[in-house]
Amino acid sequence: MSQYQNIFTLTQVRGPFEEGIPLPAGDTPRSGKPFHLWLAGLFGNAQIGPIYLGFLGSVSIACGTIAFLIIGLNMWASVGWDPVQFVRQLFWLALEPPPAKYGLKIIPPLSEGGWWIIAGFFLTTSVLLWWVRMYRRARQLEMGTHVCWAFAAAIWLFLVLGFIRPVLMGSWAEAVPFGIFPHLDWTASFSIRYGNLYYNPFHALSIVFLYGSVLLFAMHGATILAVTRYGGERELEQISDRGTASERAALFWRWTMGFNATMESVHRWAWWFAVLTPLTGGIGILLTGTVVDNWYLWGIKHGIVAPLPDIYPGVVDPATTGGGQ
Amino acid sequence: MNLWLPMAAGAGALLAVASFVGTDWDLPPVDTEQVGYRGTGMYKTRDREKEAALKAANVVPEAPWEADPEGDRAGDIYENVQVLGHLSDDQFNQFMAAITEWIAPEEGCVYCHNAENFATDDVYQKVVSRRMIQMTQAINEDWTPHVQQVGVTCYTCHRGQAIPANVWSRDTSPTPAPGMAGYRAGQNVVAKYGGNSALPQNALEDYLLEDKAIRVHSNTALPTGTNPAGTKETENTWSLMMHMSESLGANCTTCHNSRAFNDWDQSPPQRVSAWHGIRMSRALNNDYLVGLAPLFPDSRKGPAGDVYKVSCATCHNGVQKPLYGVSMLEDYVDALSRKTQTGVPDYSTYVPGETLTLEPAPDAGTTSSLVPAQGQAAGERNVAAVAGQ
Repeated sequence: MSQYQNIFTLTQVRGPFEEGIPLPAGDTPRSGKPFHLWLAGLFGNAQIGPIYLGFLGSVSIACGTIAFLIIGLNMWASVGWDPVQFVRQLFWLALEPPPAKYGLKIIPPLSEGGWWIIAGFFLTTSVLLWWVRMYRRARQLEMGTHVCWAFAAAIWLFLVLGFIRPVLMGSWAEAVPFGIFPHLDWTASFSIRYGNLYYNPFHALSIVFLYGSVLLFAMHGATILAVTRYGGERELEQISDRGTASERAALFWRWTMGFNATMESVHRWAWWFAVLTPLTGGIGILLTGTVVDNWYLWGIKHGIVAPLPDIYPGVVDPATTGGGQ
Repeated sequence: MNLWLPMAAGAGALLAVASFVGTDWDLPPVDTEQVGYRGTGMYKTRDREKEAALKAANVVPEAPWEADPEGDRAGDIYENVQVLGHLSDDQFNQFMAAITEWIAPEEGCVYCHNAENFATDDVYQKVVSRRMIQMTQAINEDWTPHVQQVGVTCYTCHRGQAIPANVWSRDTSPTPAPGMAGYRAGQNVVAKYGGNSALPQNALEDYLLEDKAIRVHSNTALPTGTNPAGTKETENTWSLMMHMSESLGANCTTCHNSRAFNDWDQSPPQRVSAWHGIRMSRALNNDYLVGLAPLFPDSRKGPAGDVYKVSCATCHNGVQKPLYGVSMLEDYVDALSRKTQTGVPDYSTYVPGETLTLEPAPDAGTTSSLVPAQGQAAGERNVAAVAGQ
């Protein structure tokens, strides 16, 4: 029983290596001799390789590496090339976008955020090329393109944060720094400056879809694991030919909540919830500062802020009472 | 299959990383006190162990003795008494005994005085002390919206040390590499005056020395194009707020309803006190501390060569009300509760070991343009009193 609750795959099937379907003429051949890896088998398929990189993949990895190195080396330079401080403060370090005074200047001085633009260019190029690669690989296998469209939703949010919104605001300074803690600080600071993103309805939608994705993922994963003993993991076959696994899973949910998803619909729900998370989130970010400057006051205007009793009647803004400065 | 090994190794690795980056975790239990309306999440949380340590470290020392206010005035008995001449002989000596314990208990009188002649000004520490006594008097008289009737003494900050533990100066460490790379915009390293966050390192300089705009919110729902603040300015303000929070051991919600940080109508009265505290720190740094620069040797300045300055932490030392709100001032009312002589000498003429008497410039009345107007201070005292409850 306990094996179904384990996070690791407990059964590693190792047959002959799977080489994949032949590639059409003109495509770079897949490279590397496949091998089995026990550790990988704990999480997925134990077979590693062969790998298809191709032109797009190679250029994408090259651009990503350039961006990674620019960011890393700038972080290291920001602590005076001190290796100890680089490691100790790694989570604090960042490559910061240029200050507001440079507006949307294409290349501000390198010592004042120019590297941020260059790193951003290479990172964006890398991500977009990887998207094209995913699209083309999917077509090559005569699959649908659902994965790359889901990836595109994430790229939308990435572009809104780092490119589209800063352009609309007229300043790169509005963009996110490349760094662990600094990008989190940016997020909180963004919410504070624009009057609390809690009152941004698209932010709310994004959270609904995010938590909804998690819920659907957990419900679906749990259901399939629970009926694996009846062959429940062969989900797609069961769309057209449902067996006892599907029957039991469906009955379970009808018993517990009166309604059940089907082997097909649960995947459509999960896909849309996941895709709508960054899609709505990106819209919320895009509207912030450009169309709405203070979400809390916007919420008051539209009646979504819960009224509170005035429990501090004596408090007035001291700056409005004259003295001081 | 044995899986506990990789699990244990993973947990061990996490702990190793956590200890390496120096997390400041509190072990339970933590006490929580509701300070706002229900449902707003306005709580103060206090770690019991830390609170016990703070209680032990913030105890008011007893006065050396109860001074007799009668008798001849110190100014008539001793030479070169510029600021405390109005005290009785006994009060003067009681205060000198107390200040020795507060500032230099090891070195004793000679930390500030020439052992040959206590009246001379040739030890620079004495000249600094005199200015600091003027500062303490000004705080207690001019800044009642912040310190109320509790007031402050030298001990509030010094705690037996010549340099208070929690002063600040310009922080540039670690120095970025010269040249084209390494832009960090004054942040993105451990900000020791910003709650060890990655927020701007020198926000105190912008707000407690300069008077850059702290407020970043727009007061209209839609953009009007008049608010120049962006996310970077907000991070700067936030760094100051982290400093205040760390200095007082307080949460954001001590002063704000976090759903609308800027809205005064929803803010607890502590925010009014804090507002005056920011102005007070700024005034003290500008009027008293920066001006003392010519006196201090390099060893008494920060790594960037600027004088040590005050912030919220200097008095508060991790406690919301310094010394848990116990007034030390009542034992030294005549010495410290009101301004006496407010003249400022020309410190640039001072030569340590040679200047025997440093005369103040003619009495300048109030020395600060930053001091709250009298009427305002009185009007807000009620609010401050509520804040003190």
